[in-house]
Amino acid sequence: MAGNVLVIEDEPNIIEAISFVLKRAGWNVETHSTGSTAAEAVRAKAPDVLILDVMLPGRSGYDILRELREDPSTSNLPVLMLTARGQTRDRELAEKAGVNRYMTKPFSNAEMLEAVRELSNA
Amino acid sequence: MERDTLTGSRIRERRVARGIRQSDLARQAGISASYLNLIEHNRRRIGGKLLINIASALDVDPVMLSEGVGATLVAALREAAGHSPEIPAEMDRVDEFAGRFPGWAQLLSHMERRVASLERTVEALTDRMTHDPHLATSLHEVLSTVTAIRSSASILAEPGEIEPEWQARFHRNIYEDSQRLAETSRALAAYLEAEGDAESETGSPQEELDAILEAAEHRIPALEVAEGSLDQVCETLGGGASSAARSLLRDWLARYAADARALPIPTMEAAIATCGTDPAGLSAALGEDAARIMRRLAAMPDAVLPEPVGLAVCDASGVLSYRKPLPGFPMPRFGAACPLWPLYRALSRPVMLIADTVEQKGQGDAPHRAIAVALPKGPMPLGREPLFEAVMMVQRDAYATQSRVSDGAASGREILSVGVACRICSKIQCEGRREPSILSGPA
Repeated sequence: MAGNVLVIEDEPNIIEAISFVLKRAGWNVETHSTGSTAAEAVRAKAPDVLILDVMLPGRSGYDILRELREDPSTSNLPVLMLTARGQTRDRELAEKAGVNRYMTKPFSNAEMLEAVRELSNA
Repeated sequence: MERDTLTGSRIRERRVARGIRQSDLARQAGISASYLNLIEHNRRRIGGKLLINIASALDVDPVMLSEGVGATLVAALREAAGHSPEIPAEMDRVDEFAGRFPGWAQLLSHMERRVASLERTVEALTDRMTHDPHLATSLHEVLSTVTAIRSSASILAEPGEIEPEWQARFHRNIYEDSQRLAETSRALAAYLEAEGDAESETGSPQEELDAILEAAEHRIPALEVAEGSLDQVCETLGGGASSAARSLLRDWLARYAADARALPIPTMEAAIATCGTDPAGLSAALGEDAARIMRRLAAMPDAVLPEPVGLAVCDASGVLSYRKPLPGFPMPRFGAACPLWPLYRALSRPVMLIADTVEQKGQGDAPHRAIAVALPKGPMPLGREPLFEAVMMVQRDAYATQSRVSDGAASGREILSVGVACRICSKIQCEGRREPSILSGPA
């Protein structure tokens, strides 16, 4: 088993595709789709890598990430952020919040898988 | 008219720019200094060999002195230089450039306008992409759906066995997402078509209106007659314009038509023959407010007026909502005008006619009479201060031109030095300066 990945994303078909690709590569995948309860889910599931969407119902990915970075138990958690917003200032916002990798939609499966591998080894 | 009468002013301007003393130039041209002084103040006509000699001494084409260059064109070139301060354009030779290569100068001016217009389009589109919540949500939806389709399709296309159950699930997902994508795309296209219009392609609605009125030469003959149809004129003039610009045009035409009904051309013509173009006198004689009188003066055919009338209108924030420049009194196409214009003083002294003889820096000896008034816009609200709109007419001041006797002063009238806009104004130590000029360095 390569490790545990938590996918926080509100688009069911993206969740399904990402989960399939990661599971096929040997990862244990859990999912969550609500922004307002995302931070609690991360703490409860304690994943090795977090895949986090930016635009989530209830709370933005930036806010969730900021909270995780302030919590000692999740401050070093490797986070891959997925977003449809590719503008420079969005990237800067993500970096400021403490993201490890930032990927704009639509990304390729191979790209995503490679990023998760790299993050888990870092 | 201006071309003939301002040759002396151009000679003086050129001589001063070259740092040549009047007596030295007179000697080189074979005339007395006092005679050159009269020429320079446009009190003696000049032509033929003397003009050629003076032009040769000033190292300039005689045509440049006798015909000059359109002030508006020169102002546009200065504006163009102002937008690229890193390029060391020879500002002291701008008249010469425009005079020797009028076609290229026109082209440069045109390109400057086009670039400004395109920049505004980009700004508008960027602003829209950033701040339009519907557009942002729709694009996010499209990208999310495309991501789902791409991921599912990749899984199916990649080599390796996939269980039939998963295969069917991803096929179904792609089908669902493709339907969602089709719907979102269609809605997005409909939204852009409905809202996009021409306004994102042609700069601001105000700029569109300015261009339409400039093309119509600020006169609408169809509305000078009682049966003129506002809708028809609006359609003819603003057919290709954005909906916002057409709305502005319609308001402008409605006011034009009301002004024309109140003060038809024959009425104005008769009054002008008696009172001249003084708006106070015309207002008293015709029983209409001075702002309407000024608007009508600016719309009169050339034959009715002793001198063409320019007009500027601004709202209470000082933003120009109408501009009809004159060759010797350019007005900025974008941004704020010179705060020293009587137009703006009128806003601080509403209902009072403010009159000044003004001269724009860099436009040669061309004093203009500027008369402004600020009047309430629309009906007077109960218990609240009204919003004011200021109107300023400008007209070449023949009296000041003829009676000018020395630098900066004319008998009986003080001449107020003003500019077009700070960026292209060379006036030093100006209390109204907002930003440094590219012509004079930091003030």
